[in-house]
Amino acid sequence: MKKRYLLIILVLLSIISLFIGVSNITPLDLMNLDDQKVQIFLISRVPRLASILIAGASMSIAGLIMQQLSRNKFVSPTTAGTLDFARLGILVALMLFTSAGILVKMSVAFIFALAGTFLFMKILDRIRFKDSVFIPLVGLMLGNIISSISTFFAYKNDLIQNISSWMMGDFSMILKGQYELIYISLPLLVLAYLYANKFTIAGLGEDFSKNLGLNYRQVVNLGLIIVALITSAVILTVGTIPFLGLIIPNIVSIYQGDHLKNSLAHTAILGSLFVLACDILGRIIIYPYEIPINLTVGVIGSAIFVYLLLRRNKK
Amino acid sequence: MNYKSKTLLLAGISVALILLFLFFDIRGNVEYILTRRSIKIAAIVLTGASIAFSTVVFQTITQNRILTPSILGLDSLYMLINTFIIFVFGSITLTTMDRNIQFIMIVGIMVLFSGVLYKILFKREDQNIYLLLLVGIVLGTFFGSFTSFMEVLIDPNEFQTVQDKMFASFNNINTDVLLLATILIILVSLYFMRFLKYLDVLALGRDNAINLGVDYDKVVKSLLVVVAILISISTALVGPITFLGLLVANLSYEFLKTYKHTYLILGAIFISIIALVGGQFIVEKVFTFSTTLSVIINFVGGLYFIYLLLKENKSW
Repeated sequence: MKKRYLLIILVLLSIISLFIGVSNITPLDLMNLDDQKVQIFLISRVPRLASILIAGASMSIAGLIMQQLSRNKFVSPTTAGTLDFARLGILVALMLFTSAGILVKMSVAFIFALAGTFLFMKILDRIRFKDSVFIPLVGLMLGNIISSISTFFAYKNDLIQNISSWMMGDFSMILKGQYELIYISLPLLVLAYLYANKFTIAGLGEDFSKNLGLNYRQVVNLGLIIVALITSAVILTVGTIPFLGLIIPNIVSIYQGDHLKNSLAHTAILGSLFVLACDILGRIIIYPYEIPINLTVGVIGSAIFVYLLLRRNKK
Repeated sequence: MNYKSKTLLLAGISVALILLFLFFDIRGNVEYILTRRSIKIAAIVLTGASIAFSTVVFQTITQNRILTPSILGLDSLYMLINTFIIFVFGSITLTTMDRNIQFIMIVGIMVLFSGVLYKILFKREDQNIYLLLLVGIVLGTFFGSFTSFMEVLIDPNEFQTVQDKMFASFNNINTDVLLLATILIILVSLYFMRFLKYLDVLALGRDNAINLGVDYDKVVKSLLVVVAILISISTALVGPITFLGLLVANLSYEFLKTYKHTYLILGAIFISIIALVGGQFIVEKVFTFSTTLSVIINFVGGLYFIYLLLKENKSW
């Protein structure tokens, strides 16, 4: 698929997304400067679209970077426990600093996500048995354990239902003034693009990239920091969106190959497009209520993931 | 001390702990207290044994010490079924429903699910057990998405019932269901006995086992069915204890240092009974019910799992 077709679909869906919702807004209302409708448009619709586009693009890129660095197609924030670590971080921030602002939460979540991702990479180094299906299995087990630790603390503080509603990916709560944190991802995406070639080389392995004169450790660390920052920003503003970082890069690499500089833009656009389509679907199915993005992406995403797994093994 | 006497030692400790649990601080209506406590003990022994047993078998089949059958997605399915009932019919329905029917229904759905999963994946030429697990765990996440969606919508009072289901509990075991579960587990164990002799050979790996004349695929499939049924029964009886099996199976390997599965399985069962009875005792007498045993076990088991992963000398 050509990049420009993807872009055209993305723009079309974006426009549709701006005009779908419980209160009926038409482009005509905006022209007529209908006060209330313009307000709704600016406070709810535009922030929602922006966060959808950014979250979709950045989570997919985060997955792509992780896959490149770990040289495994099935590694992503979901399958490496990064999401669960970030959640644990938010819980810890909630417990220790009850009146914490968003930045404190973000920093604690970031530290946890980063530590967790490093732990996972460390485990990867030690695994002798590198079956590509086995590695996400270890990551998912690790994630399960971290979330059982979160559950332990949440249970003690009677926070379980709170936490699960807080962490569930949902765009309906995105309003102006509450979502701006997600813009942190934009400079990170630029950074990822600038370092794309280095990530590609790092993906060839430590010895090889050192041979080519690359500071391997530094590049890997930078990649993991980008992943951890993106993950915690998206979790705090939107919530968890499972499997996104896994399926989008895999689909792109099927038709684009593995050269990061070429596939980055595709991955970002397709990621946004996928989340946007899922979100529109979730808003239409039980209109005027809506299905949270966590569920739509969870259902469609796990189906695609299983398909990718079975397809891979058929070869 | 060789592995035989070690196994005997574990058996001794289990019996001692069970007796302590039964007769500690016994006052008032002795008969009533003893009945209550022995029901609890029976449930603990039953679930502990079937989880330990199925984990050892599962790890032998997968030739991997860090896996547990609970990750096949069965725990998430259990939560989904319960949350669904509460979400659609309300918690009253769940509490007033005939326990036997509820138990059979939940076990039935879980066994059916694993049957379908096995069927789909074993139909293919290239049977990769890790693929089976990964698909299982992904389906687990899939069920989890539905569960958390419903959890958020449920009335907080109703959610209390969901939360109770989230953690295994030995406190409100129904005697009828217990009897039913015991019968089922005995039947499954009798079926398993035919395969016990193959386990030591299976531990050598697929190729060696086939070389030594074991009908590998058939035996493994039957064993996986046994594992799925046992895990379903124990989960439906008390609730999910995901990491108990991982913990006790590995402790059993470490402690007994043998490759004979008869002893490994017995060892794991006794360690599991010790952990559960001892843990339950501490939770009741020391923490006076302020926390849930399964939460502690998941916590400890989880930490142990990370330790296993990071340990230099890995045997997986």
